[in-house]
Amino acid sequence: MIDALVLFDLVLALAIIGIAAGVLILRDAFAMIVCFVIFGLLSALAWVRLAAPDVALAEAAIGTGVTGALLLKTLAHLRGRTLSPPLRVKGGLVVNAALCALVTLAGIGVFLATPIGGAGLEGLVAQNLAASGVAHPVTAVLLNFRAFDTLMEVVVLLVAVVAVWSMERGIARAPAPVMGEVYAGFARLVLPAAVIVGAYLLWIGAIAPGGAFQGGAVLAAVGLMLLITRAYTPLPAHRGAARIVFVIGTALFAAVALFVAQGGRATFEYPAAHAKSLILIIEAVVTISIAATLAALFHGREPVAVSVRETRA
Amino acid sequence: MNFDMNLDTGTIFGVAGMIVFGIGLFGALSVSDSLRRVLALKLCGVGASFILIVAAWRGPAMPADPVPHALVITGIVVMVSATAVALALIRRIHSLENGRDV
Amino acid sequence: MILIDSLAALAILAGAGFFMAGTIGLLRFPDTFCRLHALTKADGLGLALICLGAALLAGSAGEIVRLVLIWLFVVLSAATCAHLVARHARADAAAARNTAVTKETRP
Repeated sequence: MIDALVLFDLVLALAIIGIAAGVLILRDAFAMIVCFVIFGLLSALAWVRLAAPDVALAEAAIGTGVTGALLLKTLAHLRGRTLSPPLRVKGGLVVNAALCALVTLAGIGVFLATPIGGAGLEGLVAQNLAASGVAHPVTAVLLNFRAFDTLMEVVVLLVAVVAVWSMERGIARAPAPVMGEVYAGFARLVLPAAVIVGAYLLWIGAIAPGGAFQGGAVLAAVGLMLLITRAYTPLPAHRGAARIVFVIGTALFAAVALFVAQGGRATFEYPAAHAKSLILIIEAVVTISIAATLAALFHGREPVAVSVRETRA
Repeated sequence: MNFDMNLDTGTIFGVAGMIVFGIGLFGALSVSDSLRRVLALKLCGVGASFILIVAAWRGPAMPADPVPHALVITGIVVMVSATAVALALIRRIHSLENGRDV
Repeated sequence: MILIDSLAALAILAGAGFFMAGTIGLLRFPDTFCRLHALTKADGLGLALICLGAALLAGSAGEIVRLVLIWLFVVLSAATCAHLVARHARADAAAARNTAVTKETRP
């Protein structure tokens, strides 16, 4: 007799595999993107079953929510292009399929042969959790034990927004969708609540699943709604402020990391008495930077002054 | 080799993650449409995340290893950055091909 | 305690049933508007029942408040999404009709 929850896992895993195949098979581009979003949400559900609620939150908010918005915006830009049928059966395709099946089978073999449940780093993390300043292990790893990784991650976001702004400079503006009054009313109701949820996720990250990235993604959703409802239109005059907001998270994070490195301490070694407040300050500022950066990645083009050629087009 | 085939949550999702990775790999190699290829690469990424999270799993009653979780969260954020840049490239290429560039 | 547990199980089962009905409607109904009708009504009620069941099992008042908020926001966003989809479908249908008319009048 199989446990009911294991049965649930089995069905969920089959659904995840089927939906992943659907992303490749479905002919319609919109259906493909919807399929990918469902795939992300089901993966998040699977990760909750694997005792990884932080990752599930991040995947649902960033990997699925923000990414889905980016994909749909790109599709709106490409509108009018008919997708070529996704896969045509050719000789090369069969070779590809055979090789990928081989890689997959080898991977499954290695995975099943690997002993599960060997000692990882959880013991070390648990031992040092008291000194980290926060009570939630994932936040402790992200903001304290491996804070350098997290700093670099914020830098990657910064590089992405620089790249997107530079590349989109030449693109003709796509007509923005008109969302109507019902959506505007919905946005008015939900926006303040979403701001509170974002701040709550940030705050709760110190003791429970949540944190800067999840909170930042929720606040980015606020930014997306402001952009979509035209409650906020980026203007050329706002560029300076936007740049400061993008950079301030990285800058403050790096400044704190260097500032604590005195009196015999290493970089990123927060003094134990102030660790919690330092982490929360870093997280709060980084959250704002992440939210602004993700919203800017969605908006795409840098708000430059409208040139003569553009007005003609 | 000793295949320990007891069917628990970790084994199920580990195998599923491998298969999703394989599907993504096949898509990335075989698909000609750029948007779909980006999605196929993202499937690869999520499949790899599955393996990391299963590696951190210590059974239903035990707390999981937080270090791989932090790595995967980092990976998700890096992935959304890479996706945004890839999608901006796709938009730009499309706009150049259609002569709508200004 | 057993009474509350079984009440919660009953509510969650009924909620799952409504979700099932909504999904069958989504798959079987002929056009966008019928599908939206099935989906939004059945899922709204299904989620309400599941939240009710979970609230019966909840340990603290804070959890109940959170469940109610989740239900409220999901229902709000579902209604807004349904409205947007329906608006889009109607605009699409009107556009298709217009192109058909122009094709007929201008051979």
